[in-house]
Amino acid sequence: MTKVKSLADLKLMRAEMEAKLSLREKSNNSEKMVQIKVAMATCGIASGAKDVMDFLIDELDKRNIEAVVSQTGCMGYCYAEPTIEVTLPNQDPVVFGYVNLKKADEIIEKYIKNNELVDGVIPMNYETIEKK
Amino acid sequence: MKDLSLHILDILQNSIEAKATLLKINIEENTKDNVYTLTIEDNGKGMSKEMLNKVIDPFFTSRTTRKVGLGIPLLKQKAELTGGSFYIDSEEGKGTILKASFIFNNIDRPALGDIAGVLVLTAASNENIRFVYQHNTKEGEYIFDTDEIKEALDGMSLNNAKVIHYLKDMIIENLIDIQYTK
Repeated sequence: MTKVKSLADLKLMRAEMEAKLSLREKSNNSEKMVQIKVAMATCGIASGAKDVMDFLIDELDKRNIEAVVSQTGCMGYCYAEPTIEVTLPNQDPVVFGYVNLKKADEIIEKYIKNNELVDGVIPMNYETIEKK
Repeated sequence: MKDLSLHILDILQNSIEAKATLLKINIEENTKDNVYTLTIEDNGKGMSKEMLNKVIDPFFTSRTTRKVGLGIPLLKQKAELTGGSFYIDSEEGKGTILKASFIFNNIDRPALGDIAGVLVLTAASNENIRFVYQHNTKEGEYIFDTDEIKEALDGMSLNNAKVIHYLKDMIIENLIDIQYTK
């Protein structure tokens, strides 16, 4: 495909893409998709969170995994940046720490594809006794 | 942080946190006066005078998840390292404006870095916010306005790997046209 340089090009690209679009953009049914939040505050950015986000977007697309990758703030795990929160459909969110590109690749291959936990999970004590 | 675009990414999060709906980012390369200026302006909730006085203190943050707030102090330090200056002003209920000026030919002026990626990734994560990026050089100006992009995309989400890719290319190509300093 040719490069997009102007808004007119973008419109053309849009028309071209619409034909190929999968259901996700049409239905916007994000609950059925993998949702990833990349912590993008000073601590995350300084540790390379942007590269991780770039990598996740590119690789999930290349590997045909329907996912929404977005930015979020600091979750308080500055020591373990870059951190990402992965929510598989109908599951509780899981936070991973020290996510470099290698770790991100492992998370895609093992956790996202096979639902197999990988090292580096930061335990979240979400569920209090009252909640249970 | 390695380059200016990462600082911009960082500062933009402050505006997003402040519930801004319009975010203007401006870079002016003024070779004549030897100044490189970054201005970020938002229409978020703003800050009180008291808080404004504290934002350049690295041990101040509005967050509750941690006790330090380095985003603004780090940018200020980068600007001042080159002999440039830093300015921030804010009004409660109206918004905040921040200006970092660098001495253009100073060796400590950070490279711009992946500004296209920063803009597109942030816009894609915050589709309800209008981002207007303006870059001026002596060769001309380029404006990236997410309202125009949204109109062209006609309902298609920005948060899509292919759209992100095209938009990044579009920004870089246009910046090359005005011979921006990398």
